[in-house]
Amino acid sequence: MSVPLEHDYIGLSEASSMERSSDKISSSSSSSTLSTEEEKNNVLNLKETELRLGLPGSESPERKAGFGVSLYGTDSIGPLKNFGSGAKRGFSDAINGSSDKWVFSANGGSEVDLGKGTVLFSPRGGNGGLEKNNTQQCNLPGVPPSKHVEKQTSPANEHASAPAAKAQVVGWPPIRSFRKNTMATNVSKNSDTVEGNSGSGCLYVKVSMDGAPYLRKVDLKNYYNYAELSSALEKMFSCFTLGQCTSGLPGREGLTESRLMDLLHGSEYVQTYEDKDGDWMLVGDVPW
Amino acid sequence: MAMGKGYARAYYGTEHATAVQRKSSAHLLISGVSNAYTLEVLRVFGNPILQVLKGLSFESAMVPDPKRCNSCKDSASSRDSPEWTRPSPFPDEVLDRVLSLMESHKDRSSVSLVCKDWYNAERWSRSHVFIGNCYSVSPEIVARRFPNIRSVTLKGKPRFSDFNLVPQNWGADICSWLAVFAAAYPFLEELRLKRMAVSDESLEFIATSFPCFKSLSLLSCDGFSTDGLKSMASHCKNLTELDLQENVMDDLGGGWLSCFPENFVTLEVLNFASLNSDVSFDALEALVTRCKSLRVLKVNKTITLEQLQRLLVRAPQLVELGTGSFQQDLMPRVYAELESAFNNCKNLHTLSGLWEANFLYLPVLYVASAGLTFLNLSYACLRSNELANLVAHCPSLRRLWFAVIIVSKTEVLDTVEDKGLEAVGSSCPLLEELRVFPADPFDQDIVHGVTESGFVAVSRGCRRLHYVLYFCRQMSNAAVATIVQNCPDFTHFRLCIMNPGQPDYLTNEPMDEAFGAVVKTCTKLQRLAVSGLLTDLTFEYIGKYAKNLETLSVAFAGSSDLGMQCVLGGCTKLRKLEIRDCPFGNAALLSGLEKYESMRSLWMSACNVTMNGCRLLAKEMPRLNVEVMKDDESDDSQADKILKIASLETARKQM
Repeated sequence: MSVPLEHDYIGLSEASSMERSSDKISSSSSSSTLSTEEEKNNVLNLKETELRLGLPGSESPERKAGFGVSLYGTDSIGPLKNFGSGAKRGFSDAINGSSDKWVFSANGGSEVDLGKGTVLFSPRGGNGGLEKNNTQQCNLPGVPPSKHVEKQTSPANEHASAPAAKAQVVGWPPIRSFRKNTMATNVSKNSDTVEGNSGSGCLYVKVSMDGAPYLRKVDLKNYYNYAELSSALEKMFSCFTLGQCTSGLPGREGLTESRLMDLLHGSEYVQTYEDKDGDWMLVGDVPW
Repeated sequence: MAMGKGYARAYYGTEHATAVQRKSSAHLLISGVSNAYTLEVLRVFGNPILQVLKGLSFESAMVPDPKRCNSCKDSASSRDSPEWTRPSPFPDEVLDRVLSLMESHKDRSSVSLVCKDWYNAERWSRSHVFIGNCYSVSPEIVARRFPNIRSVTLKGKPRFSDFNLVPQNWGADICSWLAVFAAAYPFLEELRLKRMAVSDESLEFIATSFPCFKSLSLLSCDGFSTDGLKSMASHCKNLTELDLQENVMDDLGGGWLSCFPENFVTLEVLNFASLNSDVSFDALEALVTRCKSLRVLKVNKTITLEQLQRLLVRAPQLVELGTGSFQQDLMPRVYAELESAFNNCKNLHTLSGLWEANFLYLPVLYVASAGLTFLNLSYACLRSNELANLVAHCPSLRRLWFAVIIVSKTEVLDTVEDKGLEAVGSSCPLLEELRVFPADPFDQDIVHGVTESGFVAVSRGCRRLHYVLYFCRQMSNAAVATIVQNCPDFTHFRLCIMNPGQPDYLTNEPMDEAFGAVVKTCTKLQRLAVSGLLTDLTFEYIGKYAKNLETLSVAFAGSSDLGMQCVLGGCTKLRKLEIRDCPFGNAALLSGLEKYESMRSLWMSACNVTMNGCRLLAKEMPRLNVEVMKDDESDDSQADKILKIASLETARKQM
């Protein structure tokens, strides 16, 4: 995979949750090849309700300095504040850390301003810009106390989306991370089966890659951490990037540089459909 | 020495005989004690043995009596005094034999305080040491006092580290302990660690330094990976137990399981349920086949139903089973074979796992559920009717853990889950422990999960209930009062109303009376976790009534310093106090000065304590470890997190 030069965008519904249809997802904007580098950041911009993967140091006008972000919500990605700029350790910590330090599900790593019903984020594993290094004390796993959080909420308040926002307190309710993470996955899968309805209980998001003739949908529930998600996306879009690879690819038989192949069936043609946002989507990503 | 079949024999001299004759029959049994029959009887007595021994030592003139002997003025100083040389009427072998039957570390601690002789007898005979906080004592001191240890239980980080309130790299590293153990206890067999930092290097050190090592249990630990497991599997020739529960570890793949050598047959306990990677099923099956003593097997969710069936066929002797995934499309052949396999497991009393279980395959369990005493459904995410059907087949159930999920958004949700609990109440009269977890703890838009009526239903049917951990979204004072009326024997009452500071949903009042009822009615209460909207009144009640309370967890509660002061002043047996987000300040903190040394630990975070308060505390109580963890962004004067450990060490050494 080539080194990414621009951001990639994954669209997320503003009010997606386990019960709401995962198809109500806002369209993603154009994007480039997916970054395969370690340093990635997930920043949530409330206005566009999009998940951006950006390079460290990259800035966007709406972003505020200071925090890294981690995704919030076990089975729902609620409205999120935009807190971070690009240079955050949040994602890399999640990548570099153990695979079960995955921040995707709420593991107490989010902050709340109690009573205001707003949501804040802090990096799960690292401190990024959140705390200065203090040799006297250990670095917190990115969890400032509620008092500290209050200072930060006011400037960000205007980004809060009130109705669907959830109050979230560090380490509350008191459930071990393992249990939280496991049950989040279980619940979504179970309700999937129970309902027989593939839409509910999954978190399908659209992924678009700039230059690709169609978009893909991916169920975020299937992945435990950023590493898995990124490799899955890589595989998904690898057929499109062959032509851009700088060096030859020994071992990839049957795939030439200039042809797009349907990896499953080996034919040159794939089935697509146009969804309500006007995007061309590959048939088959969302189970029947 | 004259042997009696239990009755008094005066063989130590007249004084002793006279003294003995005055005693009750329990004492008389002791005096003929070298007889194996009477030793068996002693064992049956259990804890009262200690009282009897003490009684003898105080009342008989021949036994050293700390009250009367000049050199042992008080038990604390007896260790420093010169050796007590008057002979005990108890031959050493007798005392040793009695002590060898004594397993409770609390009893042993009491024995060691009687006098120097008994202190020595006890310390030489102790084979298992329990250290409730790894910073309360150094490994060197442990090694010096107990020369013959085979088994160590160590607990490290404060419990709130489970909820990410403790900074990473805080400490509690096992490695310094291992270095001492390698020298002092080369025949160490067992390590049971909870909330300790354990690295792969440490695991390799264990595997290679202790040739007799048998048993490793890691609960809620962190810092290692499956590479460390490889070392254990490869090198521990006599391993009987590998028990991994809810650790924060790097799962780099399931290859570790294949590292058990082909001639390795000693495994009795294998629990890798919390790992996510695939293991080689062939290796697992072969391992299960050749380890004939295997009694506990808890696999992870990558193991399918068909694979489970094959394992059960190999190990019908299992006593505890954790299944893998319990979900797939219904296939009659698989169903029948699985049911038959379960039917052959006549000794099964604990069942867990059941990942993603659904109604299709649950019935295969019915053949084996009559004997079940512990059912852990917390990862099964059953619907209420599935739960009801299952527990209807488990009349012997003593312990039940489960998680509630919602079925659909449109249903009236707050009674569906309660129905499952009603079924528990009617089907499981022997139930002693209930833990109800929320399956979706953060989705507050949806009001679901159990309510108070489920809890009340269980309490009506299960009068023996003594341990409860209950997460709910609504509770009322009246319901809790009813519950404890039905079940007055609670020893552990942990109620988590999930919205912080939520009042009684019926009356809108604080939940003070609920916990008041708990502490007034449940006189045996040892552990209490409170929640909901609580004023100082709750803590007044706790301080006044909860005289056996040892552990108290408080969050988002209280109105003023008075609350904490009441608890510290009133709960004489308090050992662990953990507080977060409460309005307790320096006055409260400092009111407990006399108390802290007898407590294992105190945790306060996001309260109103300042650095000055901590400094004062540390100055007044130099034997306490007082640790302040500050968050960088906060005020310099604020002490964000405080941890106090009563310790023999002068400072907690950062490992």
